[in-house]
Amino acid sequence: MIEAEQAPPPGVVSEPPPRSLQAGRGRRWVWLGVAPFFIYTAAFLLYPAISILVGAFQDDDGNVTMRLVRELFEPGALNAYWTSVKLSVITALLGGLFGLLLAYAAILGGLPRWIRTALTTFSGVAANFAGVPLAFTFISTIGFTGIVTKFLNDQLGFDLYGTGFKLYSFAGLVIVYLYFQIPLMILVIAPALDGLRREWREAALNLGASPSLYWRHVALPVLLPSLLGAGILLFGSAFGAYATAYALTSGQLPLVPLLIGNVTTGNVLSDPHYGDALALGMVMVLAVAMTGYAILQRKASRWQR
Amino acid sequence: MPYLELRNVTKRFGPVAALDDVTFELEQGEFFSLLGPSGCGKTTALRIVAGFETPDAGSVVVDGKDVTRTPPNRRDMGMVFQAYSLFPNMTARQNVEFGLRIRKRGSEDRSKRARELLDLVGLSQQEDRYPYQMSGGQQQRVALARALAIEPQVLLMDEPLSALDARVRVQLREEIRRIQTELGITALYVTHDQEEALSISDRVAVMSAGHAEQVAAPFHIYGEPATPFVAEFVGTMNRLESAVVDGATGRVRWGTTELAVDAAKGRSNGARVLVLVRPESVTLEPLPNGQGSADVLSGQIVTSVFLGPVTRVKVGTDDGGVLSADVPSSSAARFLVGSRVIARFSAEQARVLDLA
Amino acid sequence: MAAMRRRSRFFTLGWLWLALGTGYFVVPLLATLVFSLKTGRDTYGVTAYKEEFLDPAFRESLFFSLKLAVFTILIVMVLLIPTAYWVHLKLPRLRPIIEFLTILPFVIPPIVLVVGLLHGFRWTPTWFRGGYLILVVGYGVLAFPYVYRSLDAGLRAIDIHTLTEAAQSLGARWTTVLFRVILPNLRSAVLSAAFLTLALVMGEFTMGQLMQFPTFAVHIAYIGQVKATGAAALSLISFAITWIAMLGLLLLGLRVGGRAAQVGGTH
Repeated sequence: MIEAEQAPPPGVVSEPPPRSLQAGRGRRWVWLGVAPFFIYTAAFLLYPAISILVGAFQDDDGNVTMRLVRELFEPGALNAYWTSVKLSVITALLGGLFGLLLAYAAILGGLPRWIRTALTTFSGVAANFAGVPLAFTFISTIGFTGIVTKFLNDQLGFDLYGTGFKLYSFAGLVIVYLYFQIPLMILVIAPALDGLRREWREAALNLGASPSLYWRHVALPVLLPSLLGAGILLFGSAFGAYATAYALTSGQLPLVPLLIGNVTTGNVLSDPHYGDALALGMVMVLAVAMTGYAILQRKASRWQR
Repeated sequence: MPYLELRNVTKRFGPVAALDDVTFELEQGEFFSLLGPSGCGKTTALRIVAGFETPDAGSVVVDGKDVTRTPPNRRDMGMVFQAYSLFPNMTARQNVEFGLRIRKRGSEDRSKRARELLDLVGLSQQEDRYPYQMSGGQQQRVALARALAIEPQVLLMDEPLSALDARVRVQLREEIRRIQTELGITALYVTHDQEEALSISDRVAVMSAGHAEQVAAPFHIYGEPATPFVAEFVGTMNRLESAVVDGATGRVRWGTTELAVDAAKGRSNGARVLVLVRPESVTLEPLPNGQGSADVLSGQIVTSVFLGPVTRVKVGTDDGGVLSADVPSSSAARFLVGSRVIARFSAEQARVLDLA
Repeated sequence: MAAMRRRSRFFTLGWLWLALGTGYFVVPLLATLVFSLKTGRDTYGVTAYKEEFLDPAFRESLFFSLKLAVFTILIVMVLLIPTAYWVHLKLPRLRPIIEFLTILPFVIPPIVLVVGLLHGFRWTPTWFRGGYLILVVGYGVLAFPYVYRSLDAGLRAIDIHTLTEAAQSLGARWTTVLFRVILPNLRSAVLSAAFLTLALVMGEFTMGQLMQFPTFAVHIAYIGQVKATGAAALSLISFAITWIAMLGLLLLGLRVGGRAAQVGGTH
């Protein structure tokens, strides 16, 4: 059974290469085999990354300057970073919570087996549904002329937009982002929930613990690295999201990806290198997050033995 | 008064009856084993005692109290699982302390008791190790210490040694018995390994397809199997399908040979019976000159397998039957494959079971 | 009794959450369907679908994206199949490096990558930047992690070493081994990776828009500014495409799951 799965735990034992292939000539061929991949990666991933890094410290004439990086700390940019972080954290927490509840219900809740399969299959699709189509889906639902908006008004007398709610707002984005955050959480946490051995729960009960004490002392501590790791993944997913936000707000909300988009398409008058600086800032934030994730993954795999 | 009882317990999973009106009674301080092949219901019975399954009918009584409806975390029992039951996020000592922590014992009190128990199972050096740092045998010792820490009324063990190496298994089972005797705790033990059950139990219940075939002390289970199943399952047994020739004097006919079997006395002539003889009760003599007589088993050696202290010699009798005999290995050289022998067993040593 | 009561209480709670979840995920789709069928205040019909299907820009953008998808799949497979194979077989030391590279898409999301590509390749000739090649190479980078993991999982499931050594002992050159022995056994992993790449490219918006290419998603966004019902119809079509891709995976008996299943670039 093949699955697109998470990175294997560190410490996977690698087999020694067969003796027949250790001959010098054989080795050279082998390096040739993987060279195209590395060349490609270097050219189209590393080189662009470096251009951003370099560009962030350059001005129009090519001189080295810190001006652009300093501009990141102007209120405009800072606000964008702050809003992006806020949005990412909130959707990570909410997505994490609801995702965990749904995954728990399907996997450990004693429900029929097909529910779990249905949930993971749907999550696989929903996690990919993000972007422009998702935005229009929600516009059709709770937009100003949305079906549900009308339903609430006509059938229940509840004026959604009268409460000041707007889909093209921070709150609206949160609601829409959850549509791909929750499935992502489900996909990530399902294996960890599977890893909770039945014997642990039974042993805990046998020793006198109630189910909630079992969760407090055993299940949650064991799950914690995976939960935190999943949370970071959700954070990264929201932080780097562009299409959904753009389609919903036409680039009007102060979010870093939208800002970068505006600068790049020339909608906003500014130094083109400003986009580089913004992008660099994003990479820094995400790099920190990913390092945290890698560390947590290492810890989580310890319990799997 | 029995200390732990399963009374008329029935449990069904779908159309299959895992347990069918089963009753067991354990005395206090007794080491009682449930022995049988996979699917016989022994684990189900244990889990019902522990409270992880509820019976469809019947009850579980401990020290006079009916606990059938009591949830598993309120029964005063300690359970050792087959594997993987230690909490991975806790050290050995913390694992052992867990039950005490739930019962709100003070931290000094807890560590003292935990250390005592880890010492009892021989792991005082490992108290700060995590499960993933310990071998299977060590983990099971910690599991045992953890179950005993709460001073339970009953100790339950679900094939605790099945996942371990052979050598560790033998070592650990003796220790389990030693500790159980020392503490005087009532123990219910589940296993499919008959050597294990016979060597450490006070009594054994041999189970098959949801019911008990025989409940007796190991000596009796081995020497006096009550049903063909028990005879098959426990030890190696020669099964001779015979017919009673003379119920008054106890003679049966197996194939074309008439044999004296005391246990056949009192049965009607012509009745079909199963004569059971252990290989170690069969003696062999070389038969240099061909034929024996009609009331003596003669045949040719088919195989000779070295088993260590004894050599199991299989004899193909002249009338087509097969008989196994265990011969001390030191004298096995006389019995080469292909040579002719006479096989004998004394009239008192055979058991007889009725065939349908 | 208490144990049984507790279990049934949670039973209902589990159903409750799943019901709420189903509501949250299904209602928007249904609403979009209804919305896309509106032709006036209270009239319904398939006008929106008809209009979109007849719109030449719809067909053009759809085929454009499909074309890009095919090229991306080709490039990625040509690069990654040998790489995954060699790393698995002879260069296990490179694994950590490759796995680091597969985490990069989260650190360098499409919005960042597109800035880097635009900036870094400013000096390249127009046929590279203006023609869609630059977009395809960008997509390739985005697809790497998912494709690599799929191939890696597939390689781990078959015993690469034994198969290779058996073939070599019978006299096969490495190209024969790769094409006649390994690839046929990797079929489902390769197909799975292809489907994931397809879904990725079909849904990708960020890079297409910022590099000003008429991809399918860009087309939907444009329609959205003009006709809400049309955009709703197109969104459902896009969703259907994703579903078909995933169903394709399911039919191959593969499980759709794992962290890698979320495809970047779409959001």
